[in-house]
Amino acid sequence: MNYNWNWGIFFQLSPDGTYTYLQLLLFGAGWTLATALLAWAIALSVGAVVGVIRTSPNPWLVRLGNAYVELFRNIPLLVQMFLWYFVLPEIMPQAIGDWLKQSANASFYNAVICLGLYTSARVAEQVKAGILSLRSGQRMAGLAMGLTLPQTYRYVLLPMAFRIILPPLGSEFLNIIKNSSVALTIGLIELTAAARSMAEFSFQVFEAFTGATLIYIIINIVVVSGMRWLERRVAVPGFISMGQPAAAH
Amino acid sequence: MITISKVSKWYGKIQVLKNCSAEVAKGEVVVVCGPSGSGKSTLIKCVNALEPFQEGTITVEGISVGDPKTNLPKLRARIGMVFQHFELFPHLSVIRNLTLSQIKVLGRDPKAAAEKATKLLERVGLGAHAQKYPGQLSGGQQQRVAIARALAMDPIAMLFDEPTSALDPEMINEVLDVMVTLAKEGMTMIVVTHEMEFARKVANRVVFMDKGEIVEDAPTADFFGKPRSERAQQFLSKILQH
Repeated sequence: MNYNWNWGIFFQLSPDGTYTYLQLLLFGAGWTLATALLAWAIALSVGAVVGVIRTSPNPWLVRLGNAYVELFRNIPLLVQMFLWYFVLPEIMPQAIGDWLKQSANASFYNAVICLGLYTSARVAEQVKAGILSLRSGQRMAGLAMGLTLPQTYRYVLLPMAFRIILPPLGSEFLNIIKNSSVALTIGLIELTAAARSMAEFSFQVFEAFTGATLIYIIINIVVVSGMRWLERRVAVPGFISMGQPAAAH
Repeated sequence: MITISKVSKWYGKIQVLKNCSAEVAKGEVVVVCGPSGSGKSTLIKCVNALEPFQEGTITVEGISVGDPKTNLPKLRARIGMVFQHFELFPHLSVIRNLTLSQIKVLGRDPKAAAEKATKLLERVGLGAHAQKYPGQLSGGQQQRVAIARALAMDPIAMLFDEPTSALDPEMINEVLDVMVTLAKEGMTMIVVTHEMEFARKVANRVVFMDKGEIVEDAPTADFFGKPRSERAQQFLSKILQH
């Protein structure tokens, strides 16, 4: 292979004349993190609500929740990005559409909303599975003690359901960080886009993507350790032994 | 105090309760028994509206359970319920299992709720376990906590849904002892159970169910002495053999 390795490229000034290539990658990582964290906030809150209504006794709420999940998880993320970015401003009333198109951070907002709602459908699926994994007697016990249905979810069902689905939720958090790279297609200069532009300007393709890869890995290792810490922190004493009689039935 | 009148219930096309009627007076202990699948658990879950029913009426101190206008959480808060599988909340310590609905439903001050909880735990012999989690207790201990949890709400009546059937044999008595004490103190109780010794000892009446029907409703002595129906006779001979 005929390739001129140049690891020093990271510390050279980029064509913008102000920042080094490394700094550009780090800015990209900043956008990646901002997109992923805000989208995660949307995904968790919307996903929790949709997951809960899919287990509610009201059949219309269940149908509504199911339709929501099928809509967002059956359309490819890339297509959803395009729909939000290109189509939404056109079908909105003109004033809002223009504002959306002219906003300086339009691609960022779009990416956050799109990624957040896409992931919320996946979170909703897990929240539903978590709630259904509890014995039906738990809901009855909460209600029998006089708690209202919302109180039963808040104090009885969700605290256990979230503990149970913590590991898959952690994977979803990692997914959202990786999936944020799709936002480069609507012009967000996040980490992957930053690496690509570095590669194009410097011709050091391998170094650029190695740098991006390392940054993704570092971010995700931090997330994984954080989730492990959280799992230990909220572990319920004796819960594993508690699960055994239920499993025997 | 509790009146069940001509209650019928269907799951889809399958009728699980057929025209059931029974009455429980204040301070009475009524044992409901019958083969599995006879609708015993379903019937007592209708009493606090955990299971809906399509026909008939159930009233608790004059309040109609099936009436859509009834404030169900308020009604349920006054009826204690103990489940076959305990259904303690695993993520809460024992004491917080007892204080949760005192605080959230009755609006009691957390300190007063904790004091009440501590007293009740001592009463069921578990004062030393207040800070443990349900998963760290034996089945018998968990069920005693569940009884204390129900009592913490100062219920006017208690429903027991097969409270000892999920327990290892050596733990059954510790739970029954608590229930016997409760019955002797005058608590109104409906108990679904196969523990015929318990029924003989404390029940005022025995209700025998089979295939969704109340086949027999008799004073305890009469039921064990000479059950009228053939189905009850068969059931008793099977269950009393061992």
